[in-house]
Amino acid sequence: MSPALMLRAIGRPALESLASIGRVALFAVQIVSHLFRPPFYYREFLVQVMQIGWFSLPVVGLTALFTGGALALQIYSGGARFNAESVVPSIVAIGMVRELGPVLGGLMVAARVASSIAAELGTMKVTEQIDALVTLSTNPLKYLAVPRVLAATLAVPVLVGVGDAIGIMGGWLVGITRLDFNSATYLKNTIDFLEAWDVGSGLVKGAAFGFIVALMGCYHGMNSGRGAQGVGKATKSAVVAASVLILAANYILTEVFFTS
Amino acid sequence: MIELSGVTKAFGPKQVLRGVDLTIASGSSMVIIGGSGTGKSVLLKCILGLITPDGGTIALDGQDVRKAERDDFLARFGMLFQGGALFDSLRVWENVAFRLMRGHQKRPKAEAREIAIEKLRRVGLGPDVAELFPAELSGGMQKRVSLARAIAASPEIIFFDEPTTGLDPIMSGVINELIREIVVEMGATAMTITHDMSSVRAIADNVAMLHEGVIKWTGPVAEMDATDDPYVQQFIHGRAEGPISAVR
Repeated sequence: MSPALMLRAIGRPALESLASIGRVALFAVQIVSHLFRPPFYYREFLVQVMQIGWFSLPVVGLTALFTGGALALQIYSGGARFNAESVVPSIVAIGMVRELGPVLGGLMVAARVASSIAAELGTMKVTEQIDALVTLSTNPLKYLAVPRVLAATLAVPVLVGVGDAIGIMGGWLVGITRLDFNSATYLKNTIDFLEAWDVGSGLVKGAAFGFIVALMGCYHGMNSGRGAQGVGKATKSAVVAASVLILAANYILTEVFFTS
Repeated sequence: MIELSGVTKAFGPKQVLRGVDLTIASGSSMVIIGGSGTGKSVLLKCILGLITPDGGTIALDGQDVRKAERDDFLARFGMLFQGGALFDSLRVWENVAFRLMRGHQKRPKAEAREIAIEKLRRVGLGPDVAELFPAELSGGMQKRVSLARAIAASPEIIFFDEPTTGLDPIMSGVINELIREIVVEMGATAMTITHDMSSVRAIADNVAMLHEGVIKWTGPVAEMDATDDPYVQQFIHGRAEGPISAVR
């Protein structure tokens, strides 16, 4: 392959990727700017808080419960190699609130919410409902995207907080039923070694992940291609992009919060 | 009056509109006919600003639509979409009253609901339909609800995009009759896109034939059958042979 052809083969996808990043960034800036300008659609916001927050609770809670239990088993068996079985409560708590609670919660919300938002808005686009909004003097970005992004940004930290508590409870349940921990000692060790910033950092991550999930759902849905295939592609792209961005943002936030 | 002059629009290499010149007088009903994929919907969306034309000018009462204040401009329009485009998550009356509960035309919820029920009655639907969701309605009922939404704020100009597509002949006749009655009653300017010749004859004052991105013929509906324009003759008689290629 000649250097010119190779350059073209690399250059075109690179330029397209940069253009996509630019479009998503502009979309995000527009949404943030609309957060502070009327009109505000309170009803749509509350509906989305229920859809994104309340109805995601079972899946996030179950994920946290099993993860907390598995984490306790893993730390116990790993810790046994150097007689450190007693660290199970503190490591489960720190692991859940700093890392697993927000990341797994974010990924579960991405699977459930980014897909649902992208499919809903994509269908609205192909059935001309978004055009209808414009003809009814309503800005689709403001009416559809802003309430979803705001609701996810506020609701996911709450979900993460609840998930943290359930995850720790999962570890405690396994600890006292399978690993012969004393219940009071397990809880005391959990509380003693947990700092406020451990919890706070996880909640901040949750807010960032909520923003990413709704942003990706709205962006891909509102830019969906035509027909069932277009909506399917938009849904898939929203989940993949949200999941990858959550993991990337998690690394960056962890660097910022814990390595300085 | 709506005046289009030299309007062009391309999507990538495909040139859809190649210089459309058309005038729609205030209070008249213009029907645009033409084959599938000839740019009729694109033309309508260019007027509304849903698609930005590449060239030419579109003026409403002498003012360039691109320079008009967007909300004030759109408040003058109502639109019936081809598939209805009703909002699935809202009840029928909330769909009809959508514009009346937001923006400049906002009014109390009870009043908006009352107007919605009155508009539903105008299109032949009872108040029991108001509390249903669009998915619970038949295709014909959805078209009527969409028509009620288009006229809810008493717009000066109403666009109808394929109003009878997907409906049986009887329901098509009912919708055509309703459109004609409402347009006359409101004194509105109407622009309709259709393939359905029974709609053309029922709704139109004037007809324009769009083909290959330009207006091939325009004139009063009464002259349509008598014209010797080969494009119009082929289209209105549904002939496979003629200047319009069957494969486009």
